Amino acid sequence: MDNTIQVSDLTQGYGRTTVLRDINLTLTPGTILALIGPSGAGKTTLVATIMGMLKPRQGTVTVLNTAVPNRPLLARIGYMAQTDALYDSLTGAENLQFFGTMQGLRRAAMPERIKYAAGVVNLQPDLKKPVQDYSGGMKRRLSLAIALLADPAVLILDEPTVGIDPELRQQIWHELHALAASGKTILLTTHVMEDAEQADTIMMIRNGEAIAQGTPAQLTAQYHVATVEAAFLQAGRDQDAHRRND
Amino acid sequence: MRIGAMIKRIMLELSRDKRTLGLLFIAPLFILTLMYFLFQSNTTQQATLAVRGVDSTLVQAIDNKHIQIRKVTDTTVSARRLIRQHDYAGVLTQSGSKLTLTLQNSDQTQSALIKQSLQAAQIQLKMKAAGTTIKTQAAALQKLARALAAATRRVPTASAAPAGSHTAAYSLTTHYLYGSGDATFFQTLLPIMIGFVVFFFVFLISGIALLRERTTGTLNRLLATPVRRGEIIAGYLCGYGLLALVQTILVVLFTLYVFNIQILGNLALVLLINILLAIIALTLGLLISTFTSSEFQMVQFIPIVVIPQIFFSGLIPVNQMAGWLQAIAHVMPLYYGADAMSAVIEKGAAFSAIAGDVGILLLFFAVFLGLNLLAMRRYRQV
Repeated sequence: MDNTIQVSDLTQGYGRTTVLRDINLTLTPGTILALIGPSGAGKTTLVATIMGMLKPRQGTVTVLNTAVPNRPLLARIGYMAQTDALYDSLTGAENLQFFGTMQGLRRAAMPERIKYAAGVVNLQPDLKKPVQDYSGGMKRRLSLAIALLADPAVLILDEPTVGIDPELRQQIWHELHALAASGKTILLTTHVMEDAEQADTIMMIRNGEAIAQGTPAQLTAQYHVATVEAAFLQAGRDQDAHRRND
Repeated sequence: MRIGAMIKRIMLELSRDKRTLGLLFIAPLFILTLMYFLFQSNTTQQATLAVRGVDSTLVQAIDNKHIQIRKVTDTTVSARRLIRQHDYAGVLTQSGSKLTLTLQNSDQTQSALIKQSLQAAQIQLKMKAAGTTIKTQAAALQKLARALAAATRRVPTASAAPAGSHTAAYSLTTHYLYGSGDATFFQTLLPIMIGFVVFFFVFLISGIALLRERTTGTLNRLLATPVRRGEIIAGYLCGYGLLALVQTILVVLFTLYVFNIQILGNLALVLLINILLAIIALTLGLLISTFTSSEFQMVQFIPIVVIPQIFFSGLIPVNQMAGWLQAIAHVMPLYYGADAMSAVIEKGAAFSAIAGDVGILLLFFAVFLGLNLLAMRRYRQV
């Protein structure tokens, strides 16, 4: 089967600063990849490059066999931004309607898709309320619903579980696994280790470099530790030691 | 379809933001009403003049509806002191045949009023004096003529009437090419204000709207959909263009029915000019907002971008400015907008007469639009 996301030898940066170096990444349909790393490590830049918001400085990025940046391709990617990018004075339903139209969703399919997406995140009873009356968690959920709206083949979620209570987090993970099982490719960034452990593969990014990559089991085995968190800390120490030797 | 969704969203957002709506539709009418009354009550300017030891004939001659006379008898206090104590606009002191005028001069129009009245009074007195001389001369002449007639035994006719006492009675009728005799400065101001109001509010509100989209991340979120950059700008243009249209219609109706001021030209042209000004203000506002990071910074651009436009919009006649200032006027969109608007409203100009202005306004729009499309590249490169 073809790879849905393929990143080869990517170097990326703004102006003179290099944010990412030598990133290689392959994702097949039906898998969930978690990008973990501290703030400022370059996770959001990698996501922006895969989305095609930035041109790769070096290397290539293809999504669904199309080289990015490519504007029409964005119709097939569901995106959830790090900040709750919502129109506060509009209701939840109006936000969904607006972004659905922007995503290129047909008007006839809209009511059904809105019902589905709002159902996944348990927002149906609150769709008529203006977003400014939403709690932080509700806003996150609405953002996720917007990403699911157009039934995209690829989902890119930037920090999807921030501010969401454990019960709902579990529910969302349940839904993400179901989506993956139906053949969707999911890439998410997080710095919550529990999230990373739920993913099929993990990519650890630190200081713009991919310091470790593999399934949770592979990573804990590789660093002879019990948890993914410990593996991440060990990989970070190794990176620092490697640098000092240079 | 996407542009339609953008317009709908802008309208929905505005309809929920009552304060901005009020600002858009009530504030212009409020400003215009204020100006209407401010520039109408121009004739009751008065200056207080204190007189000390001045001949009563001169005081009488000076006295008119613009001057309030106060007689001061105390000769020990200095004129400066009098002005400071009583806030007189001026003090006129006479000693012998010498007149001394001291002016407060904190309000130049009052100083000018006093100087004018004093000058007029002096001329009036001189004329009177000349008149009496001529009268006595005329009487002497008449006597002489009678003596002459008696001497020549010829009966003179009335043609020997004294020339000096005959004053030519001119009658003056004034015709006004545009407007009428009771036109006030407000009528000159109105076309400029109609354009300015739309320019100002569209600039501010659209600029802040895009800025908010950028800071809340909705712009990035939008650009993560397959929308074209041009579609976003087109959505803004249509949405706020519609708003400008409503605003203009409201201001024009207010002008017609509340101020009772006639618009000589075609109303469609007034709308056309205002729509042009609105889309220029919009593209300029969007462009400026890409260089700012907060609403406060956006407001800081008003003194740089908006205020200078007022100076060059025809409030101060541009053709009387220094050459280099005139050059500045010609890079201000509002200069062309106000020029065309004045021509349509005051002179009833047809489209052909304002085509030049319209062309230049379109050029401004094209340049700002191009720059906006370029600036949007910063956020998404395709």
